[in-house]
Amino acid sequence: MMSFGISKRAIQATASLLGLAVVWQIASLFFPPFLFPPVTAIAKYVWEILSSWTLFVDVLMTSGRIFAGLMGAFVLGGVLALLLYASRTLENYISPVLTFLQGIPALSWVVIAIIWFHGVEFRIFFIMLMTTLPAFTFQILGAIRAMSKDLYEMVLSFRPRRMQMFRMLFLPTLIPDIITAWRVNLGNAARVVVVAELVGATGGVGYQLLRQQQLFDMAGAIAWTLQLVLFVLVMQQILTFLENHFLRYRAVSERA
Amino acid sequence: MTNVIEFTNVKKIFPSQNDGGNFVAVDDLTFNVAKGEIVAVLGKTGCGKSTMFNLLSGLIAPTSGTVRTSGHDPFTDFEYFRGRIGIVFQNDRLMPWRTALDNVLLGLEILDRPRQESVDIAKRWLARLGLSAHENDYPHALSGGMRQRVSLARAFAVEPEILLCDEPFSALDEMTARDLRQEFVRITRQNHNTALFITHSINEALEIGDRIVVFHRPAKIALEARLTRDTSEQEKAVLRDKIIEVLAGEKRMA
Ligand SMILES: Nc1ncnc2c1ncn2[C@@H]1O[C@H](COP(=O)(O)OP(=O)(O)O)[C@@H](O)[C@H]1O
Ligand SMILES: [Mg+2]
Repeated sequence: MMSFGISKRAIQATASLLGLAVVWQIASLFFPPFLFPPVTAIAKYVWEILSSWTLFVDVLMTSGRIFAGLMGAFVLGGVLALLLYASRTLENYISPVLTFLQGIPALSWVVIAIIWFHGVEFRIFFIMLMTTLPAFTFQILGAIRAMSKDLYEMVLSFRPRRMQMFRMLFLPTLIPDIITAWRVNLGNAARVVVVAELVGATGGVGYQLLRQQQLFDMAGAIAWTLQLVLFVLVMQQILTFLENHFLRYRAVSERA
Repeated sequence: MTNVIEFTNVKKIFPSQNDGGNFVAVDDLTFNVAKGEIVAVLGKTGCGKSTMFNLLSGLIAPTSGTVRTSGHDPFTDFEYFRGRIGIVFQNDRLMPWRTALDNVLLGLEILDRPRQESVDIAKRWLARLGLSAHENDYPHALSGGMRQRVSLARAFAVEPEILLCDEPFSALDEMTARDLRQEFVRITRQNHNTALFITHSINEALEIGDRIVVFHRPAKIALEARLTRDTSEQEKAVLRDKIIEVLAGEKRMA
C-alpha cells in the first residue's frame, strides 16, 4: 500500500513537470527562441553538459562548493550547539548573534566577502558557511534539547565517559534530525551558491549562468539551472537512502 | 555483615519553582542495607522514593547528611561506580535503535569489556530471562513484559554491586508482573545481589523483600519489618494491616 502511494505521487509529479514542459514548448511556438527556446534545444544543452567533461567539471565544482560549505556549517554548528547546550549563559549571548546573522541576505555576504577576502574559493566557502551556520546550529541544538532525559539518565547510571555518551546516545538520537537539517539547508545552499559564485569564480554553475546571460542564451541558462536542480535531487536521494539505512528499525515497525 | 548502602541523616531540599520557597523531599533519612539483602521500599506517590534513588545513583547530591554506597560517595565518586550500579526503571528505557541484544550490551560496552565475552554474557542473560528467540528484535517488536525483561537483563549483565529497581513492574499487567517478580527474586538470590526495590504495592513488597521499609512523606522511615522464609501467612497479614494503617495515617496528614 505504501509503495502504491509513493508511485502514485511519482506519477503525479512527473505529469506536472511534463505539463510545465508542454506549456513551455507551446510558448516557444509563439515567442522568439532567445525568450523561449524549444524544449528540445534545452534538452540538447543539458545532454551536452552531462556528456562533456569540460562542462560537467563546472557542475562538480559547484557541487563541491555546496558540500564543503554545508560540511563546514554542519561541523561548526554541531560543536556550537553542544557548547550552547552545555551552557545556558553562553546560549543567551550567542543565540541573538546567530539570529542576527540569519537575517542577513546572501547578497550582503557576497559584498562583505569580496571586501574582506582575496581567494575566490575562500570567499565562496565563507558565504556558504555564514548563510547556513545559524540554521544548522539551531536545528542541532533543538534536537539535543528534545533528547530523551530518561535515556540520558539511564546511560548515565553506567557512568560512561563523555565520548561514550556522545557515541552511544547523542549520535544515534540526533541522526534523524541531522539528516533533516541537511535536507533543509541543502536547498538553501544550492540557491546561495550561484550567488556566491558571482564573486569572480572562473568556473561553476554560477559562472556559467553569468556567461549565458552575457550570451543571451536562454537554453543555456535553463540547462545550467537544471544541473543545480538535478544536483539537489541526487543529494536528497542520498539523504533518503541514509535515512532509510539509519532508521531501518522504524521501517520494521511499520511492516509489523 | 557489611553495609552496601548507608544513609545517614540525609536531607534533600528542592527549591520549589512557584513560590520561591523550599520543598523537603527527604527528611533526616537514616537506614542501611546489608550485602545480599533485598529491601522493599513502600510509600505513597511523591514521598521521595525516586529522589532517594537519584541520591543513590549519584544523579543528585544530598542537601545534608551522607550517602555511601560500598563506602563511596555516589555523587562525587563518579568513576568508582562505573558499572557498579544497575538500575531498572518503571519504563523500560530501551534504546529503540538497538536490538534486544545490543540493549543488553550497553553497560558492557561502557565498561570496555571484550566484544565476544560481552556478547556471550548478554546472550546468557537474555536466555535466563527467556528471550533467546528475540535477541535480534527491536524493542518496538516486543511486548511490555518482554521489554522489561530486556531492561532487567541489561542491569544484571554488568553484575552490579547494587540493583536499584524503581517500580519496575508497576506498568505491567498483574499476570506478567507476577511472573517477572518471581524471576527477579530467584535471579537476585542466585546471584547474591543486593537490591533496593521501590514499589507502591504492599503485596509486591511482601513477596519480594527480606525487609520492608515504609516511608513517610517526606521520605523518612515510618515502619520497618523483617521477613524470613519462616514468616507465616498470618504474620504477613498482620504486617499488611499495620502497613495499611501507616499509609492511611499518611493520607490524613497530607
Ligand atoms: N528535581 C526536582 N526539583 C523539585 N522538586 C522535585 C524534584 N524531584 C522531585 N521533586 C519533588 O520531590 C517529591 C518527591 O518526588 P519523588 O522522589 O519522585 O517521589 P516518589 O518517587 O516517591 O513518587 C515530589 O513532590 C516531587 O515533586
Ligand atoms: Mg517515583
